[in-house]
Amino acid sequence: MQSSLDFSHYLKSAGAGLLHLDLAVEGISCAGCMAKIERNLSKIPDVTLARVNLTDRRLAVEWKEGAIDPSFFVDRLKELGYKAYPFERLDAETQEAGRAGALLRRLGVAAFAAMNVMMLSIPVWSGNVSDMLPEQRDFFHWLSALIVLPAAAYSAQPFFSSAFTALRARSVNMDVPISIGIILALGMSLVETASHADHAYFDAAIMLIAFLLAGRYLDQNMRRRTRAFAGNLAALKSETATKFVNDEEVSTVPIAAIAPGDIVLLRPGERSAVDGNVISGRSEIDQSLITGETLPVVAMPGTAVYAGTLVRSGTLRVRVAAASEGTLLAEISRLLDNALQARSRYLRLAERAARMYAPVVHATALLTMIGWLIAGASFHDSIVTAIAVLIITCPCALGLAIPAVQTVASGALFGSGVPLNSADAIERLAEIDRVIFDKTGTLTLPELDVANAAAIPADMLALAGRLALSSRHPVAAAVARAAKAVSPLRSIEEESGQGVHGMVDGCEVRLGRPSYCRADAEANAILSRDPEASVVAFRHGEACHVFAVRQRLRPDAAAVVDKLRRCGIGVEIVSGDREPAVRMAAQSVGIYEWRAEVTPVDKIARINELARDGFRVLMVGDGLNDAPALAAAHASMSPVTATHMSQAAADAVFLGERLAPVATAILVSRKARALMRQNLWLAVIYNALAVPVAIAGLVTPLIAAAAMSGSSVLVMLNALRARIRIREIG
Amino acid sequence: MEVLVFLVPLAILLGAIGLAAFLWSLKSGQYDDLDGAAWRAIADDEPTESSNG
Repeated sequence: MQSSLDFSHYLKSAGAGLLHLDLAVEGISCAGCMAKIERNLSKIPDVTLARVNLTDRRLAVEWKEGAIDPSFFVDRLKELGYKAYPFERLDAETQEAGRAGALLRRLGVAAFAAMNVMMLSIPVWSGNVSDMLPEQRDFFHWLSALIVLPAAAYSAQPFFSSAFTALRARSVNMDVPISIGIILALGMSLVETASHADHAYFDAAIMLIAFLLAGRYLDQNMRRRTRAFAGNLAALKSETATKFVNDEEVSTVPIAAIAPGDIVLLRPGERSAVDGNVISGRSEIDQSLITGETLPVVAMPGTAVYAGTLVRSGTLRVRVAAASEGTLLAEISRLLDNALQARSRYLRLAERAARMYAPVVHATALLTMIGWLIAGASFHDSIVTAIAVLIITCPCALGLAIPAVQTVASGALFGSGVPLNSADAIERLAEIDRVIFDKTGTLTLPELDVANAAAIPADMLALAGRLALSSRHPVAAAVARAAKAVSPLRSIEEESGQGVHGMVDGCEVRLGRPSYCRADAEANAILSRDPEASVVAFRHGEACHVFAVRQRLRPDAAAVVDKLRRCGIGVEIVSGDREPAVRMAAQSVGIYEWRAEVTPVDKIARINELARDGFRVLMVGDGLNDAPALAAAHASMSPVTATHMSQAAADAVFLGERLAPVATAILVSRKARALMRQNLWLAVIYNALAVPVAIAGLVTPLIAAAAMSGSSVLVMLNALRARIRIREIG
Repeated sequence: MEVLVFLVPLAILLGAIGLAAFLWSLKSGQYDDLDGAAWRAIADDEPTESSNG
């Protein structure tokens, strides 16, 4: 199917008869992969560029237009052992990358200015002690002003604009004292320079800006990385639709290339990627993803189907009413995004601190100035002391400490397969004392599994697997996976709602419902032992076998539940599934508290009930029906094979077959929170020591800037300790 | 001390060249893949050598 994918939507012109294609590549893990892919693709004639981005796990290729079919690259990568998918940058990711780039540019300018101003400042300090002429000192001060004023006006813009926005909304954030400190220090220095004074504080101001920008850049870079990862995931899912190019022929195209009015084919087992109306065909459809209604309904010509609808029994032709971003699913997704942005019940720790901190800082500085004026100091001396207080109390440690720990901790989580959607997720995950698991796709693996594969002769299993490749029913797909089948049988016919049949070496083979294969007795024997299994029968001439297909629990589910409980975290299951299935899953992983047949609304009610009792709930779930519950919980996680939607709603996602990332995320977050607290205490102690000295007028603004930088470095070093500790957790 | 008139602008010019070089490297995407760049430096051969066409 991959080879028939239409690439034209993803191709970009790179000028001069060249084409450009971006691919998200699964499986790139080291420098060896990078060299192998680049060397192999570069060898192809007419390829002008093949470059791997190891950070984002992506590949960019350029080649002469018309020389090579793009699917050739995908096939070549497959031969090398990598799965590749064409890929389009999400808007959000482009924005994050742009922001990180802009911050780095501002940081470069600020650092350049800081270095050059230091070169001018050092002679002035030593000159004040020795024999510098006043004219020379003024000359150096004016030079500093010439460098710093334009550099500060450019590089401090993020602080100014954020402070301005906050002030206009009649609130205070951390950028307000920073901006006031910078502007006062610069203005005061200009006045001092003009009046031929001994000191100017251009160096202090620009150093402050450079340090703060470094903290912001670290924070932004982490977010950019997570976005890039999310973009890859979207590409790996490679959402496609089967479109009629004329009355008879179909072609598999990316859904982005589908326009309203096109006609698409929906086969049994497929999920619709578009909204539209059925024009021919008849099938049971499952709209539970959209409506929450689990009973299937019958679709016939005229019925509306929505993106996310699962087609069960028959084949449908659908005229597209809306595709891609226009679908109902995308609309719900946007609503959810808005709801999440509006969620302001939990302010970031640093912001809360800043909100209390800013008025205290301003009041202290103002009182210092008034105090010195009353004590009889000159207006000039009082203002210099006040600026020193403002700079020394500048919440740099606050501004740097939290993002630094967040960066280190989220980097470690990323490394163990838990990308975070939001930076403050760490703080909320650290507070969790109750975990609610959904069952389907969360405690269990998302794909079905043949439970009795070992009891079936290997040659029969292999033949059934090859036959199953011709059906798109999820249960048949499980049989094909269990048999590791790759080559489908020829001339197989599908009977809608029954199964598939064909001829092999003059002998009839059938796969499908037990009645279709005359295997009711065997099927009933299996169902009486395991009422939760789905059965699919296989008949080869006179031989007959029945496969029991069921959901399999994640291999380490019981161990993770036990680990969570030992950490003092309560665990329960709240599932929309039927009671026997939930009871069985609960028993096998050792969870005593469970609820079955719960509607999405009742899930939220349960979360709110726990919240009222003082519990901080982590919701782990997938699927659209869990999305509201994920948003309602204190923190949330989703396995990445879940629908796009719930990933957007969850604070963190996790990869792979194991459930262990849930426990890892909580433990790492707890450690990170401890370090954040330590850092805040370091900042408080530093202020308690330095502020009285500054108020006493013993600190010049330059020494204040140096002391502030020193505390920032200390706090950064402490944050790096998170790396070592997190490794110990594994 | 007259030498300052000459040396200080020279020092600032050197700094400005450094800044320009940094901005250029940023614009040409050299900070896009820090993980990969670390490994390219110690790669045995030049994998992209043959692609200069």
